[in-house]
Amino acid sequence: MNLTLKIWRQASSSAPGGIHTYQLGGVSEDMSFLEMLDLLNEELVTKGEEPVAFDSDCREGICGMCSLMINGQAHGPEVTTTCQLHMRSFKDGDTITIEPWRASTFPVIKDLIVDRSAFDRIIQSGGYISANTGSAPEANSVPAPRDKAMHAFNAATCIGCGACVAACPNGSASLFMGAKITHLGDLPQGQPERYSRVVGMVAQHDHEGFGGCTNIGECTAACPKGIPLDVISQLNKDLRTAMVHGF
Amino acid sequence: MAASGIVFVLFVLVHMYGNLKAFSGEVAFNEYAHHLRIFGEPMLPENGLLWIIRIVLLVSLVAHVGSAVALMRRARAQRPVKYQVKRNNASSLSSRTMRWGGLTLFVFLIWHLLNFTIVKINPAGDQSADITENPYRLMVSSFDLWWMTLIYLVAMLALGFHLHHGTYSALQTLGWVNSASARAKAKIAGWVIAIVIAGGFSLVPLAVLFGVID
Amino acid sequence: MADTTTYYPGLEPTNEPSVQTSDDAAGYYTLGDKLVDPKAPTGQIEQRWTTRKFENRLVNPANRRKLDIIIVGTGLAGGAAAATLGEAGYNVKSFCYQDSPRRAHSIAAQGGINASKNYKSDGDSDYRLFYDTVKGGDFRARESNVYRLAEVSTNIIDQCVAQGVPFAREYGGLLDNRSFGGVLVSRTFYARGQTGQQLLLGAYQAMERQVAAGTVEAFTRHEMLDLILVDGRARGIVARNMVTGEIETHLADVVVLATGGYGNVFYLSTNAMGSNVMAAWRAHRKGAYMANPCYTQIHPTCIPVTGAHQSKLTLMSESLRNDGRVWVPKKAEDCDKDPRDIPVEDRDYFLERMYPSYGNLVTRDIASRAAKYMCDDGRGVGPQVEEKQKDGTTTLMRRGVYLDLADAIARLGRDKVEEKYDNLLDMYQRITGEDPYQVPMRIYPAVHYVMGGLWVDYELQSNITGLFVTGEANFSDHGANRLGASALMQGLADGYFVLPNTIADYLADGPFEKLDDSHPAVQEALTSVTERVDQLMSINGERSVESIHKELGHIMWEYCGMERTKEGLTEAIGLIRELKKEFWTNVKVLGSADSLNQDLEKANRVADFIELGELMCIDALNRRESCGGHFRGESQTEDGEALRHDDEFAYVAAWEWGGEDGSPVLHKEDLIYTATKMKARSYK
Ligand SMILES: Cc1cc2nc3c(=O)[nH]c(=O)nc-3n(C[C@H](O)[C@H](O)[C@H](O)COP(=O)(O)OP(=O)(O)OC[C@H]3O[C@@H](n4cnc5c(N)ncnc54)[C@H](O)[C@@H]3O)c2cc1C
Ligand code: HEM
Ligand code: SF4
Ligand code: FES
Repeated sequence: MNLTLKIWRQASSSAPGGIHTYQLGGVSEDMSFLEMLDLLNEELVTKGEEPVAFDSDCREGICGMCSLMINGQAHGPEVTTTCQLHMRSFKDGDTITIEPWRASTFPVIKDLIVDRSAFDRIIQSGGYISANTGSAPEANSVPAPRDKAMHAFNAATCIGCGACVAACPNGSASLFMGAKITHLGDLPQGQPERYSRVVGMVAQHDHEGFGGCTNIGECTAACPKGIPLDVISQLNKDLRTAMVHGF
Repeated sequence: MAASGIVFVLFVLVHMYGNLKAFSGEVAFNEYAHHLRIFGEPMLPENGLLWIIRIVLLVSLVAHVGSAVALMRRARAQRPVKYQVKRNNASSLSSRTMRWGGLTLFVFLIWHLLNFTIVKINPAGDQSADITENPYRLMVSSFDLWWMTLIYLVAMLALGFHLHHGTYSALQTLGWVNSASARAKAKIAGWVIAIVIAGGFSLVPLAVLFGVID
Repeated sequence: MADTTTYYPGLEPTNEPSVQTSDDAAGYYTLGDKLVDPKAPTGQIEQRWTTRKFENRLVNPANRRKLDIIIVGTGLAGGAAAATLGEAGYNVKSFCYQDSPRRAHSIAAQGGINASKNYKSDGDSDYRLFYDTVKGGDFRARESNVYRLAEVSTNIIDQCVAQGVPFAREYGGLLDNRSFGGVLVSRTFYARGQTGQQLLLGAYQAMERQVAAGTVEAFTRHEMLDLILVDGRARGIVARNMVTGEIETHLADVVVLATGGYGNVFYLSTNAMGSNVMAAWRAHRKGAYMANPCYTQIHPTCIPVTGAHQSKLTLMSESLRNDGRVWVPKKAEDCDKDPRDIPVEDRDYFLERMYPSYGNLVTRDIASRAAKYMCDDGRGVGPQVEEKQKDGTTTLMRRGVYLDLADAIARLGRDKVEEKYDNLLDMYQRITGEDPYQVPMRIYPAVHYVMGGLWVDYELQSNITGLFVTGEANFSDHGANRLGASALMQGLADGYFVLPNTIADYLADGPFEKLDDSHPAVQEALTSVTERVDQLMSINGERSVESIHKELGHIMWEYCGMERTKEGLTEAIGLIRELKKEFWTNVKVLGSADSLNQDLEKANRVADFIELGELMCIDALNRRESCGGHFRGESQTEDGEALRHDDEFAYVAAWEWGGEDGSPVLHKEDLIYTATKMKARSYK
């Protein structure tokens, strides 16, 4: 198929950026979206133009490295990551607009690449269970109800891609945060730090400059892992309990 | 935000119930209005309850608008460069119009207070005390004007929208929507509250306009 | 032999050191001295690690703050080590090329992690896990290392559960296990099809906690380009800040490489796009030995290639082989039929036919080769893809076999199957556009894991003093073939439990002399890296880095893939040498070196892959036997099974860099078993 690509190009974080238009032919529907961009880059290199910079690593939908706003949808039209999006979701003659995640907390580094280190800092401020190596009790000494464990697992599948922030009109990272809070808060091992965790993470979230959640729901629709809004409610609930108990 | 929002919801619920008294006639309605003023006497001074409500509402209003402005500012600062193309995939129209809808409500609120509470302007022109000091009469003479009813209905539409998302959102903000079934219920609650309140408020002016009440 | 008895006093060796009589790689290498692990433990196998832990020196907690540790890599091996050493109070600097430590490729592991907990009471024990691993590795691993791995495996599960890793559980709330390729017990712990992700997030969170505590400093989007040696000791690294392009030096008392595997030398593999050999290869060029580089694991259950655009291959966890049955049509003319229309009697369930006792659960190398043979035989399924033949012509081949879940769905119900494999099957559908609940899945082998890596001693230290290597980047524990669910175990064993102990013994001699950037050795490393980058930027030829990488991958897959022959490998070495010339004279790298430049990153990596590819071929050429993932066409039984030659090759091949124009030097480390006895592997 033949496509018209409108891609945001920006040389560096400080340089001004803009949309450039490219025509690309020879795209097969078995290609992944990123392989389509690889093809474009191969053509650009042959022509002596600098290839478009974009992030990807595992290309199997699990590392969370890939991003891209595709025609106004984070990770494109399917519920999956950009690297798992395939060209059979598009048709010949389509125009595709590709932009980076837009958020001040995710500054553009180059072209379509943004800096998501704010997520690491949110995890640093409480997104863990303190268990020094070697201090762990026998694994089966603390049973965890199966449904709770599955619920925790579902929340733990967040890949930290940032699509929730990109899709949210407020640029809030509540879904990302709520996923971690739900994952750890659902397990018996996560109880001791449950309330200090939520307070710490929310404080860092706000400090970074992420927006406030108004429960609009664009995040969960964009989330490639289908993390539900429930986790934000859980976050709010834990936060409320934490405040009542003066954490 | 959620707390102040819920204060509003409770208030408008009671307020709407009161308004419906209009269907019981002039006497009942004015009695209700009067009753509001002497409620709790002698424990409370005249207008005591009314003042308590007014203060609570005023504080809530400041908190509500304050948080709304703060949220808006944070959102703006977060996305200085807009998307060239942005699609909404899941959000309801009401959730995306909270800010404009809120502003509409705010403007309406000022007019509404001027109209019925503070200055008691009778838009029909007759400013005599017969009318301005008789809540029932003031209401009827206002809503006899088609454009007054229209303004009121537009405001109720805005209120319905605001409540549709607001109710659901407040439940979520309070941490009560932790499962898919709770979510379905919260969404229904949003619809019910929106329809009951906006619908309930709209009945009176419509009834006046169409002469059911006069 | 005298050597052996010195290292295993009081224990009876069960084999003699091998004596190589063949010399297929003559002319391509120089034979060096024999290599002996200077840190090999002694005593009964069950006591070796305990004794070592006790004998190793400790570092006074007050001194730890003064000791700097560089850890390159934030996968299970690196992340776990950073967290643990940070907790202990050392000063850790952690590096990764991704934008966050959480994205290391360990994240992609699906199936599970082994541990000898024996929760199923099916007769598991440390010894059985040890034995299975040694046997699975075709008796090409060191027994002491493997036993230690089995021994600490149970601590890993405890540790991960305490961190909140949401492993699958049974209804009673206790941990669940499943069985995994090549063994008869259920000892695999799993978190749906995302075990690696959950384990890595556990290590990542523990590491971020230490970042907050100030003991670990994380350098993301930093790529190691060279190792700094001072007086023969590893003292730091040269790294490129991938955002600013700045070439930086980082100095420390000790350097740990946990940089993962180099499967991307084949261009197409299940590795991440950025997985590379650069860190290990730079260390190799500075003197570290590269051991058994040819041992490559080809995974039988990957999604087949669809065309020339393919950038990577995707694994379908082999846990699917527990419930799926593998087959091809008996008749070639059925190959383009709808598989549901092929009656059972016309299907060849070839693994069940050939290996009745293990059936679909035979080890990976066997399953992979069997699939290849079926397709070579013209009974492959799926779309026809063009294949370049050795004589330069192209033919159309179907490269795929069915993995059929129909029986499992009938037996367990769709719900149960969905619960077990949900995300995998979704992924399959997304990639292929076919519904695996309706149509049998198509699979084909792909490069997945490398057992080879930098040579390390029992304490995980390479032959360069002060350079430790952990995880997939070292060679130590899996021999010629790794069992499923054992890499995660090794990464975490190294990171949480082994390295923190052994590195302390090394650091007990520190802190070493303070260095700064002005030291001549540091300056020299910096200059050589800068020169190399400048050179890459200035060649300005005609070919994209990508096209050269693809070509290398093609050579490797064709001649150094599932089946290797003397003739093919010799040809490959010639082709690779030409490609190397082509690269250094005709590659085109656009953009500038002083900003983010993905082309330059790739060029740096591909340059090293080319050199590694050559060494892999030489190693494969020398090893004229079939063992584990290494199958030499010349060494098979009459019915086509791998044939090992313990008399010639029961050794670790540790290769020393022979200089830019010299030939690599082979050091052999004999493998002597005392706790078990070498046997021919049989999964019949
Ligand atoms: C698809 C897939 C599925 C798998 N499934 C299983 C399974 O079910 N069970 C199992 O046991 N094993 C499995 N494996 C194998 C296992 O996942 C890996 O062997 C293991 O995770 C490797 O861990 P590691 O820490 O050594 O390296 P990795 O996790 O690969 O980490 C490498 C790290 O090094 C960094 N790095 C690399 N080069 C540089 C450089 N030059 N400069 C700076 N940083 C660098 C990277 O940024 C990264 O942080 C699977 C592997 C794959 C690919
Ligand atoms: C004075 C005019 C008003 C303004 C400017 C305003 C504005 C806003 C804004 C911006 C929000 C946040 C957006 C969101 O949560 O999605 C909000 C939330 C809300 N508003 Fe209003 N609003 C006003 C009046 C009202 C009234 C009259 C009611 C009740 C009848 C109300 C009830 C709510 C509720 C329940 C919420 C949800 C709170 C939450 O999610 O935490 N608001 N309002
Ligand atoms: S919650 Fe979903 S969208 Fe947000 S970071 Fe996690 S996986 Fe990505
Ligand atoms: S590249 Fe890893 S999730 Fe897309």
